[in-house]
Amino acid sequence: MLRAEHLDVFYGGIHALKDVSINIPQGKIVTLIGANGAGKSSTLRAISGLIRKTGKVFLGGEDISSATPEAITAGGLVLVPEGRKIFPHLTVYENLMLGAYVRNDKAGVNETRDWVYDLFPRLRERAWQKGGTLSGGEQQMLALGRALMSRPGVIMMDEPSLGLAPLLVREVFEIISTINAEGVTLLLVEQNAFAALRVAHYAYVLEVGRIVLEGTGAELLADSRVREAYLGG
Amino acid sequence: MSLEMFIQHFLNALTLGSLYGLIAIGYTMVYGILRLINFAHGDIFMLGAYFVFWGGALFKLPWGLAVVAAIAFTSFCGVLVDRAAYRPLREAPRISALISSIGVSFFIENLCIVTFSAIPRAVHVPQWLGQVHLIGKVRLLPLAVVVPIVSMVLTSGLLWIVYRTKPGLAMRAISKDIETTRLMGVPVNRIIAITFGLGSALAAASGIMWALRYPQIHPFMGVIPGFKAFIAAVLGGIGSIQGAVLGGMLLGFIEIMIIAFLPALSGYRDAFAFVLLIAILLVRPSGLMGEKLEEKV
Repeated sequence: MLRAEHLDVFYGGIHALKDVSINIPQGKIVTLIGANGAGKSSTLRAISGLIRKTGKVFLGGEDISSATPEAITAGGLVLVPEGRKIFPHLTVYENLMLGAYVRNDKAGVNETRDWVYDLFPRLRERAWQKGGTLSGGEQQMLALGRALMSRPGVIMMDEPSLGLAPLLVREVFEIISTINAEGVTLLLVEQNAFAALRVAHYAYVLEVGRIVLEGTGAELLADSRVREAYLGG
Repeated sequence: MSLEMFIQHFLNALTLGSLYGLIAIGYTMVYGILRLINFAHGDIFMLGAYFVFWGGALFKLPWGLAVVAAIAFTSFCGVLVDRAAYRPLREAPRISALISSIGVSFFIENLCIVTFSAIPRAVHVPQWLGQVHLIGKVRLLPLAVVVPIVSMVLTSGLLWIVYRTKPGLAMRAISKDIETTRLMGVPVNRIIAITFGLGSALAAASGIMWALRYPQIHPFMGVIPGFKAFIAAVLGGIGSIQGAVLGGMLLGFIEIMIIAFLPALSGYRDAFAFVLLIAILLVRPSGLMGEKLEEKV
């Protein structure tokens, strides 16, 4: 469904991504784990067209290597950015409508909105509240709901559990499984390796810009090197 | 001061304030979206006045059509300025676009001198707008009523676009976070072009009404109104459309009323605005209706 081949990214003189190739099959959850600064966010940003890269990206067989972020979103691949990045000065409803910007079918948009409200009842309650007044957990719900509004085939999430209380982290991962069960393919970047590996069908480990290990979630959970480095021994 | 005189001044202030407000909206919208002070905006205002002049004098268009054509043309020029002078600098440091806007300003002014010549021209004022009516002792120019009403209608229309339409929603999103807005699939360059088009259309309307009210136009006529409208935008809180309208009105009233009550100061008329700018920057740099922060992390 989504395939990145031989991605290289440079920030000035720093070689941030080195020959990164990942493959996300249709309907699966794939996760990318690694320490701070390993290049996880850079991988997502490179795929979504926000930063310059060399290498190829294919979405459903189509080459999107040189597409703009706008075009990539319109093509059905959406990034939920790190730090949620909801629009604090816009209402919850307006945030969701921005998520649906690429769609012109009003009735369909309303249907999707109701579906998102069913997934996240708190958003329905707070539809007319400014996004900035929501709690951190609710903002994460809004960021996910907003991404779902365009009915994307693939969603990439950058650290959805960051800064959330443990109870909310569990909720976020439950929602990730729910969304996946609805047929959405997911690429998940996480520092919370344990939780990520448990929901993921397949996983890659990034270390200083390079993929050092890959396997199914269960394999990596059992791998001694992963346990030592990311799961606290 | 007699009541009649006061009413007269009040009407003048209302007209001037409305015209400042319309220009100020263009500054504030572009600043809101790009964090750019578009110093060429006063010259766009001037182009509006010239286009209506040429539409009537050269192409013999009926007056109403000349106005519509002038607004459309000016709007197009605003979009062109963005495309040629600002869009290539989108990724560059902000100061580059600012300097570019000063360059565009000089370019437009001098292009107009070369093509239109610097000779001041008189704009044709339709009789129904220019004929003075005497109501009691108050000399009422129809423009004194028409200008505030047209400004109000245009401003309401703009607010409707910004707060009730999809491109308007995109504008408000871009003003906060351009990168995330792109991730929503919003074609940001098109939205920015629409912003320039709208701001320039309002400036054109203001320029046309200015030319009717003070019927002499020349290539530098946009400089001082441009600066003052910029001050109005800062006064109201740059980035806020309602603030721009309020700031324009305040500035119009301050300018007219100070001279009305203290005629000895009339030589300093243009200085008030700049003193006000310094004062507002010292005391309340975010302006009267400037952005409040309501983020929660």
